[in-house]
Amino acid sequence: MSQLRKSFRELLRYPSAVAGLVIVLALVAVSIYALIAIPYDEAVRLWRGGEDVWYMNPQNVPPEWINIFRRNDLPASFLLDSRSEENEDGTVVKEVNAVSEEMTEVKITFSFDYSYEDYPQELLLYLNGSYTEKKPYVAITVITPDGRELRVTEMSIDEADTYRFSQDQRLQRRLRGLSPMVGIFSVPNTDPPVPLQGTYQVVLTGFTFEEGSDFDARLVMHGKVAGWAGTDHRRRDLSVALLWGTPLALAFGLLAAIGTTVTTMVIAAIGVWFGGWVDELIQRITEVNLVLPFLPILIMIGTFYSKSIWLMLGATIALSIFGGSIKSYRAIFLQIKESPYIEAARAYGAGNFRIIVMYLVPRIVPLLIPTLVTLIPSYVFLEASLAVLGLGDPVLPTWGKIINDAQANGALYMGQYYWVLEPAVLLMITGLAFALLGFAMDRIFNPRLRGV
Amino acid sequence: MSEENQPQPASLERVLARKRAADTFKRVARYSAVRLVTLFLTIVVAIFLTIVIANMGGYVDEIRRGEIRENFNQQAAMNPAIRNLSVEERRQWVEERVRIEEERQGLNKPFMVRTIAYMSNALTLNLGRSMHLTSDSGSRTVRLILLERLPSTLVLFGTANILLFFFDLYVALYLSRRYGSFLDKLVITLAPLNSAPGWFYGIFLILIFAAILKILPFGGMVDTPPPSEPLRYALSMMKHMILPMLALALSSVFLAVYSQRTFFLIYSSEDYVEMAKAKGLTSRDIERRYILRPTLPTIITNFALGLITVWTGAPIFETIFQWPGLGRQLFEAIGLYDIPIIVGETVIFSYLLAITVFLLDFIYALVDPRVKVGGQGGAPS
Repeated sequence: MSQLRKSFRELLRYPSAVAGLVIVLALVAVSIYALIAIPYDEAVRLWRGGEDVWYMNPQNVPPEWINIFRRNDLPASFLLDSRSEENEDGTVVKEVNAVSEEMTEVKITFSFDYSYEDYPQELLLYLNGSYTEKKPYVAITVITPDGRELRVTEMSIDEADTYRFSQDQRLQRRLRGLSPMVGIFSVPNTDPPVPLQGTYQVVLTGFTFEEGSDFDARLVMHGKVAGWAGTDHRRRDLSVALLWGTPLALAFGLLAAIGTTVTTMVIAAIGVWFGGWVDELIQRITEVNLVLPFLPILIMIGTFYSKSIWLMLGATIALSIFGGSIKSYRAIFLQIKESPYIEAARAYGAGNFRIIVMYLVPRIVPLLIPTLVTLIPSYVFLEASLAVLGLGDPVLPTWGKIINDAQANGALYMGQYYWVLEPAVLLMITGLAFALLGFAMDRIFNPRLRGV
Repeated sequence: MSEENQPQPASLERVLARKRAADTFKRVARYSAVRLVTLFLTIVVAIFLTIVIANMGGYVDEIRRGEIRENFNQQAAMNPAIRNLSVEERRQWVEERVRIEEERQGLNKPFMVRTIAYMSNALTLNLGRSMHLTSDSGSRTVRLILLERLPSTLVLFGTANILLFFFDLYVALYLSRRYGSFLDKLVITLAPLNSAPGWFYGIFLILIFAAILKILPFGGMVDTPPPSEPLRYALSMMKHMILPMLALALSSVFLAVYSQRTFFLIYSSEDYVEMAKAKGLTSRDIERRYILRPTLPTIITNFALGLITVWTGAPIFETIFQWPGLGRQLFEAIGLYDIPIIVGETVIFSYLLAITVFLLDFIYALVDPRVKVGGQGGAPS
């Protein structure tokens, strides 16, 4: 124990090891946060969700912090809800006036500040009416900061209705052929169009024709930035996958590294201890394993059987148990086997199993730890590699799957760099942290390298 | 032969020498035979496993059966002469053809017999015909399909491996001489970069050089349409090779240099090196004769194994760079359940590996006089 503590203290003398350790701890903290903040079922639901879950997000937009690096801010996305008391990005006023016994006038006014040099991606109204027979009827107008009043449309409201400003051909004609977003958010009669800044109002004036009938509305603006991670082609917030990718990457890397090194070591110890045909058999299996193509077999398993991340983990471990490192462990065990303390153990009558587990294996643990730590990144990247080939887990959001989506949708070609860079940088940081730690450990535990 | 006239003791020595040579020959021959047999058995087992996995334990054969039946059912529906037959006659017509076709492809035999038949074909390099993939010239011969992709893989990975090998060696030697210098420390600091694979750096390089700077292509092997003049073709190919080679270099060079330099440093603290230094040999001679020589087996092993892995290509790397190589083809073949191609590539890889492993033993003995072929444990005698 004191030996370990001493090694740990020595580790802290390496700045690179400290940096690696800090990053690893930060990643662990992020993982814990992700697991608590977004439970498993919720993460899967969000990641597999379509338009119904992510309607408030624009498509393929970079994160909000990108505005820090830009001279002109890109419009942010927001949601204003007439049913909600708290709307951060503007105000919603709903007035209800009874006109007659049956008829009621409902007026919903959304007002928000718009101070950007660019146009939003889309403006949408989600309308929910409650009625038994006669549908509520509503007229939508936009009041611009310079006081103009733009008639948008008139419509009757179902239980759930969606109105998309950009897709209304009549509105476009009324705006003299300008696309609605440009037409609404521009200074009139400018060419090229200049965005008009100030407070906009979207006013819904409607009537209901039944007692107890009512309607509510949500105004959604799809800006050109969203969230702290941006969105992908399916409007999903990348933050879900970035957060959840962390525990998955760490778990895969760690489990695979432990699984492969520990089993390999134990098998090497068994082979050395029993010798004879056991040793021979283990060595032959190792040679067969060397010929088996590792990645193609993983790809075959992924294509033919299942893409589950846990099956991949199992297959990776199974294919690596008889890996090449068995030979180097074997060489070390052969030396240890002859040590006097093993003879002493045999003299007091320790069984084979006891000698292997209690005396052979622990001796090699100091050598094992650096190997284990340096192996973690390669397995983290293996998972990402499989995902990039389209063999990522179908359910779980991982970093590799984001890269795969981005790659499949030509993100680099379209200039959506954030889409590739965010997961890639996280992968890089994770890989580097473990590699830095492992390299430093290697120097501490392998005295032969010290001073070189 | 001046030795002929020498006195008795020398003749005895000659007899002994001849006997030693005969012993060596016997030992080497026996060792080679045993080694060849074990290597072959290894390949047999590995290929068997690959076939079973690639066939999903017979499931892919079921898919093929279904395809054959579907095919004939459709033919029956399309052909007016058969369409007008009675249902029973039509069914018989289909059954008959399905039976013949299954017999032709050997699908009517039990799973084990089938697998062993596949295996013996694979082992004799009778790779047969693919199931879905065709070569660009339209051939279904597995050999042609593989040969068509081989040059592009060989050009990229072969060139990169050879260049990197010599570059690594040169830089490692240089650094071991200037141990502790700024460059040395830089390489040590950057060594952890190798934890990321080549395709990963590929993404960054494509982003910088293709997407932002727009000076190099996003991927592919030549411009479209391919230039007709050979020189322009080669130039275009070289332009497309810059980023992949850079990516391969970034992912490997720092660790390779670091570990080789460490290796050289360990060897340069040996007593015989100190001795050579004391004798006043130039550092060039010391490096060549006393440091490189004993490390040669390891270096050659690395080089040889690196060259073989060229054969498998790199599915992911080639996907990112859209390089039409063997790795990508293997990936496509797996996606189409095209067993003959999967098995074909695996078989050739195994043979190449086995041959290399076999030859390496002899190469060790050639470059390092301390190693005896078939000697016990290869310990220095």
